[in-house]
Amino acid sequence: MNAMLINGITIDDTFAEAFNMRGTRVIITAQNLKWAYHAANAMTGFATSVIGCGVEAGIERELIPDETPDGRAGVSILMFAMGSKVLMQQLETRMGQSILTCPTAAAFAGITSEDNINLGKHLRFFGDGYQTSKLIANKRYWRIPVMDGEFLCEETTGMVRAIGGGNFLILATSQPAALAAAEVAIDAMKKIPNVIMPFPGGVVRSGSKVGSRYKTMFASTNDAFCPTLKGVTHSELSADIESVMEIVIDGISFSDIAKAMQVGIQAICNLGAASGVKRISAGNYGGKLGPHHFKLHEIMAGNI
Amino acid sequence: MAALTFTLKKTLQFSIDCSALTPNYLANKSTSEIASLLILYGKNQIRVDEIFSVSGDDAQNIHFKNTSHQLDYLGANMSSGHMHIEGDAGAYLGFGLKQGTIHCHGNTLAFAACNMQNGLIRIDGNTGDFLGGASAGLRKGMGGGTVLVKGNAGDRVGDQMRRGLILIEGNAGDYCASRMIAGTIGVLGKVGSYTGFNMQRGTLLLAKTPRLNATMQNCGTHTLPFLSLMFKSFATLDTQFASISTQRVQRFVGDGACNGNGEILLISPDLMH
Repeated sequence: MNAMLINGITIDDTFAEAFNMRGTRVIITAQNLKWAYHAANAMTGFATSVIGCGVEAGIERELIPDETPDGRAGVSILMFAMGSKVLMQQLETRMGQSILTCPTAAAFAGITSEDNINLGKHLRFFGDGYQTSKLIANKRYWRIPVMDGEFLCEETTGMVRAIGGGNFLILATSQPAALAAAEVAIDAMKKIPNVIMPFPGGVVRSGSKVGSRYKTMFASTNDAFCPTLKGVTHSELSADIESVMEIVIDGISFSDIAKAMQVGIQAICNLGAASGVKRISAGNYGGKLGPHHFKLHEIMAGNI
Repeated sequence: MAALTFTLKKTLQFSIDCSALTPNYLANKSTSEIASLLILYGKNQIRVDEIFSVSGDDAQNIHFKNTSHQLDYLGANMSSGHMHIEGDAGAYLGFGLKQGTIHCHGNTLAFAACNMQNGLIRIDGNTGDFLGGASAGLRKGMGGGTVLVKGNAGDRVGDQMRRGLILIEGNAGDYCASRMIAGTIGVLGKVGSYTGFNMQRGTLLLAKTPRLNATMQNCGTHTLPFLSLMFKSFATLDTQFASISTQRVQRFVGDGACNGNGEILLISPDLMH
């Protein structure tokens, strides 16, 4: 194994294994940023992993009024699913329960593509016949009368091919050290466009492996990286590692994810080994399941 | 290349059907071929050069000079290019227009933008009845595109209009937005009686308080978010509507006589600038 050491932190010679997904972007605006966040947080809530949530979603960034179609403050949301069907279904459900319901919120397409999926196309029927459509600059919008006034929503948004499952692992000498490092990485990665880190606060502690000793389970805890099992399993952890945190990244393209990984890992390495972080690794399944391999050494050497 | 120019040579006794004199029809034709084309003058067919002197060769850019209100169907079914009419036009200006722009510097007769599907028509003067309407027998009028009128319009503006945008800086006559199916009409001046008669859907934007039938019901004053998008889209157009930026309007809905869901949005005058 080639050694790579940045500021005293070892970068494993391994890779993150990622999958093809379908993704979309939606722009949410509201009377002010506070209510745009209420809407966007509801819409991207319970969307950490496709395994149980159908989609992985997150807030990409804040938008200033000049950047939004209706000139109000807003945020952009990215949403990813394993297939187009699930993405469409989840988008409509979440729009209906989270954006339609949120005071003053409006939703617009955030990405253009040849493939369009429904944003407000079916929500309009909530209007019970009083809904009105307006074709403005070749884009169709729906105006749905609601109790706070009018809910405005673009008819469709674009759906693009995307990548999900980019990741890296933070191996540290204590749980607080691992989490503090993860927070620093997330803060840096949030500045990168076209990516989201879908787990709570961007960080996941329950990394999984494929398979289980129970017949009904397809995935189970990644025992090789569980610090409390160091003595009983074929562990990946050295004696000084007491906690591991993972950051998962979904993005529009390979280079977007690679950039986010590079920025996140660099932010941790800048803390130095004194922070308690000893190693950076990544999760993969031997390279056979996912078509995209994010090699940590190449990313950190700036070759991607 | 110089613009293909048709200059009217004599005073007309009858109307001329100009529907053959469009960019798509004249493309790749020589000046002599164009001059020898037959067009309808009253009930007779005559050669183009008996009425017009023809010059220029750029069929994507057609000019009509010394025109009169007896030139009907100018720019009919055009699907590309630009047409300038340096004077008045007759009836059915831009009939069935599919793409491209028509600029009439004078006035027009009735049925301008009839059956129009896309593109842009600008009329600097006044226009007649049934602007953006449907041709005889059709149940759907204008289906898309933009019409800008600097002067006044006649009765029945947007009759059975299906989609698209009509912006009138002057006044409009009676039955404005009658039987309107969808789309947007804006009038900065006054409108006549029976506004929104049998209106189904669509938006009529007004700047002056109209006299409305009892079947157009007042729904109060509101701040409508879509107006910011709509007025932003007007900003690129050469019209006084481009300077409107309010989202505050009084909303009337009707025509209740036909269970219509059309709307009249009244911008309060102090919000205009």
